[in-house]
Amino acid sequence: MSIILDHVNYIYSKGTANEIKALDDVCFEIKDADFLGLIGHTGSGKSTLVQHLNGLLRADSGHIYFDGEDIYDKDFEMKKLRGKVGLVFQYPEHQLFEESVFKDVCFGPKNMGLSNMETEVAAYEALKSVGFPEELYYVSPFDLSGGQKRRVAIAGVLAMKPRILVLDEPTAGLDPEGREEILGMVRDLHDMQQITIVLVSHSMEDVANNAKHILVMDKGRVFMEGTRSEVFSRVKELEEIGLAAPRVTYIMHMLKDKGFDVDITATTIPEARDSILKAVKL
Amino acid sequence: MMDITFGQYYQTESRLHRLDPRVKLAGTLIFIFSLFITQNISCYIIATIFLICVVLLSNVPPLMILKGMKPIIMIMLITVLFNLFLTPGIPMVSFWRFTITEEGAKNAAFTAVRLMYLVTGSTILTLTTSPNNLTDGMEKGLGFLKLFKLPVHEIAMMMSIALRFIPILMEETDKIIKAQTARGADFESGGMIRRAKALVPILVPLFVSAFRRANDLALAMEARCYHGGEGRTKMKPLIYKAWDIRAYVVLLCYISLIIIFAIYNPI
Repeated sequence: MSIILDHVNYIYSKGTANEIKALDDVCFEIKDADFLGLIGHTGSGKSTLVQHLNGLLRADSGHIYFDGEDIYDKDFEMKKLRGKVGLVFQYPEHQLFEESVFKDVCFGPKNMGLSNMETEVAAYEALKSVGFPEELYYVSPFDLSGGQKRRVAIAGVLAMKPRILVLDEPTAGLDPEGREEILGMVRDLHDMQQITIVLVSHSMEDVANNAKHILVMDKGRVFMEGTRSEVFSRVKELEEIGLAAPRVTYIMHMLKDKGFDVDITATTIPEARDSILKAVKL
Repeated sequence: MMDITFGQYYQTESRLHRLDPRVKLAGTLIFIFSLFITQNISCYIIATIFLICVVLLSNVPPLMILKGMKPIIMIMLITVLFNLFLTPGIPMVSFWRFTITEEGAKNAAFTAVRLMYLVTGSTILTLTTSPNNLTDGMEKGLGFLKLFKLPVHEIAMMMSIALRFIPILMEETDKIIKAQTARGADFESGGMIRRAKALVPILVPLFVSAFRRANDLALAMEARCYHGGEGRTKMKPLIYKAWDIRAYVVLLCYISLIIIFAIYNPI
């Protein structure tokens, strides 16, 4: 299940005075079982980009291929794509509407045309995989805490059994504990069920600790693309567009300047620890 | 969805934009009044010239104003047809069961022009006056109603909040529609009942978010010690300038001209 974007352009309010080029010649590929981190400044086109991945927005020019099929083909079934590419919006808890948690999670699979039985099984599995406590399945979603609501909303997307899960700022507005819970859950989905993940985030730490590949957006363009250490080793360039590397990377750079032989491409705390220990022992 | 011109503000620099909102409110009222006092062609010529001048002064692209006509096309068509066929009088054309009378044709034409001018006039008001300015103008202009124990300030505040919330709720609606579409919701196919049912996943979150926002706003206002209009001063109080007085004079000339023409009917 790969997605290929081929020279995708998208313009907001086309033909008016306040025309904004949100995506400018974007090309990249999301490979099967990848964990892609998407970073960029506010207004860099991240959210616009992810809405193209399941066909919510239609590119003004360019092509998007899902598993080799052009999604703008006339006989391409958009609904099927939306089931395969699950998109979790920012503050997804704002989309809850049913009278019970379980019913709300059933909404997606039911729309996919599954039978009642299959729908319920899918909803149950989804709630299980986000670690939602069973005794709350039939509580109104509006009575839950913020973090729980978000889990339910993510389960609502997961219940469609997507192969690619796109999360737009899934940790926004959560406390550190809630953030770690959500990110841990996303990691589990990736590791246990081999779901391809696209994680949009502001937080360099969140991306550095989880993603395999990173895509940096700036002003609607792909600014940088590569593995985690490739991207974060170009700190200067990231700073130029108002981003930063994870704090760990800065510490490693400082240590290097002080004459320690450490690996400056370390982006997570365990990597840094190993590298520092190695350098000190020498 | 974002295509509604009626009631929207168009940000630009023009004399009309800078005019005191009270003058614009009075002007709109006078203009509407002038459309309804007479069925005299010469008066409509004056009104047309006046309207064109105002549009030119407003610096708003005329196309934008014409777009404001869209939502009323249906109403206009219905009223025109009713007037055309149902006014009794001297028959002009008749076929099968329908007769068009001279009076009918005249009535239809006048109603169409009236409705068009009415909408254009009020659209220009909202296009050139920011919602805040508009409610400020209303609050001050209708201030005398306080004597009759009418909570003018509170009504004005409610109006400005309501106006401010329109774009926010539209954006919210857009987001919710997208989120539910991403979950496979289908709003386009099926019969009436299915489509109505398909709205539930949009309306419930929308109401919830509207209440949440209202709650937050109420809290924020209370935190800033808002307690209604009593003793409240403005940061930018409305004060008439020379240009506003001149505009009043122009308005006075306009309405006198209309009244004179309506009485003496030269054409």
